[in-house]
Amino acid sequence: MLTLTCPCCGVTAEETEFAPGGEAHLKRFGPGSSDDDFEGYLFARKNPKGVHFERWRHAYGCGKWFLAARDTNTLEVFATYKAQTSEPPADVIAKIKAKRPDWEGYK
Amino acid sequence: MKRYSIFAVAREALRYHSGWERAWRSPEPKKRYKVIVVGAGGHGLATAYYLGKVHGITDVAVIEKGWLGGGNTGRNTTIIRSNYLQDPSAAIYEKARALYEDLSQDLNYNVMFSPRGLLMLGQTEHEVRGYKRTVHANRLQGIDTEWIGPQQVKDLVPIINIEGPRYPVLGALLQKRGGTARHDAVAWGYARACSAMGMDIIQKCEVTGVRTEGGKVQGISTSKGEIDCEQLAIVVAGHSSVMAEMAGFRLPIESVALQAWVSEPIKPCMDVVVMANTVHGYMSQSDKGEMVIGGGTDGFNNYTQRGSWHHVEETTRALVETFPIISRLKMLRQWGGIVDMTGDRSPILSKTPVEGIFVNCGWGTGGFKAIPGSGFAMAELIARGHSPLTDEFGLDRFKEGRFIDESVAAGVAH
Repeated sequence: MLTLTCPCCGVTAEETEFAPGGEAHLKRFGPGSSDDDFEGYLFARKNPKGVHFERWRHAYGCGKWFLAARDTNTLEVFATYKAQTSEPPADVIAKIKAKRPDWEGYK
Repeated sequence: MKRYSIFAVAREALRYHSGWERAWRSPEPKKRYKVIVVGAGGHGLATAYYLGKVHGITDVAVIEKGWLGGGNTGRNTTIIRSNYLQDPSAAIYEKARALYEDLSQDLNYNVMFSPRGLLMLGQTEHEVRGYKRTVHANRLQGIDTEWIGPQQVKDLVPIINIEGPRYPVLGALLQKRGGTARHDAVAWGYARACSAMGMDIIQKCEVTGVRTEGGKVQGISTSKGEIDCEQLAIVVAGHSSVMAEMAGFRLPIESVALQAWVSEPIKPCMDVVVMANTVHGYMSQSDKGEMVIGGGTDGFNNYTQRGSWHHVEETTRALVETFPIISRLKMLRQWGGIVDMTGDRSPILSKTPVEGIFVNCGWGTGGFKAIPGSGFAMAELIARGHSPLTDEFGLDRFKEGRFIDESVAAGVAH
């Protein structure tokens, strides 16, 4: 059972109040892109065992999308942050580095 | 390998059971094998077994980081069926179901295959239409399924409530030769047969890296040293993405937790398997008398083999409505496994961008039923570079848009 804090409305609640939305920070490829890029965007996933960045929606709350940094191997939630960003912000990276010194960083 | 038989049992009974051998050897790894299979679950062991039995390749090692059959093979709800909608799925799942029929004789190991019949309840009009379509598809595929009405469901399953307040039972898709088997025995039987053919099954040996050179596989690094190979089969279910990253490619896979639980044992009350996909629950009674229950997957990536409690609650609530007699049953055990989900809910049996590396993954929530067919097809793919059973299940289908969409057909974990 995960406990998440919505960065949009500030409510902390358990996961039943939220809806998971898959991997975050996907780079979009549309018409004109190569087959490999389009396939990668649509299907290929990092699915890491460890630090992961995900989209969530506060479905039974404010209804807004946000992002979460989480460890898939321990279910620890490092931080949640606003969805309007193309990569994890520096303070989130720092928080993860503090707890996972061996983590190779966001790539 | 000494054969198991009634004479062996009688002989051992007369000498205090002192003559039983270990079922399989636990050797140290050699420096080099022709084929290495990573993952000693059902699918990995079956792949090794059919490599030896059908294709005569016995220079094989099966590498396992934990213990044999300790992953999803020992965590599923043991359901076997082949009533799939799409032709490629029906072919491989029916191959598996057919192999299960005489697997005990083939392996000389009792896998307790019990074709007791399997019902998939239709509880909404849409589901009824969907299942009737599946019955028609199955008829064309040569798979024996039929649509039965609510009263026939009640006759087959006296403990069911067909007039449930939320979801009345409108009928069911029946596969009479579907059923269950002893999941551990499937892994153990294959392991014993592989070991008897001279293959090495190496447990407690974690793969830490995959060595490639010029786009071709050279070998693997493990916690027990370097091992070379000509061909490498990655058959690791929930950890497929982790292994793929070691080999330098990505898979269209997400790993999520799926849970199951069993009740205290009770007297025999239900001799078929019942799946209620609308309400996300399925139940059968084990030979020990426990009601074996499975539910839905979590929606987020997870490697912990623990799922979320609300799924247990939702599934149990739905099943209590469908089977009122279980409302006072105590649940004995609950556990989770990490399943590898693809976008179209169909597996991947394929070559990969690295020459010599093959993947068998993406079975998601329904891999146990497919073990013999999956192993048979995978062995053919490795030995001959091509198998009619795996043609449609290649990695390239995602690029080419040839999905084998079973997410509608199954609708739920199974």
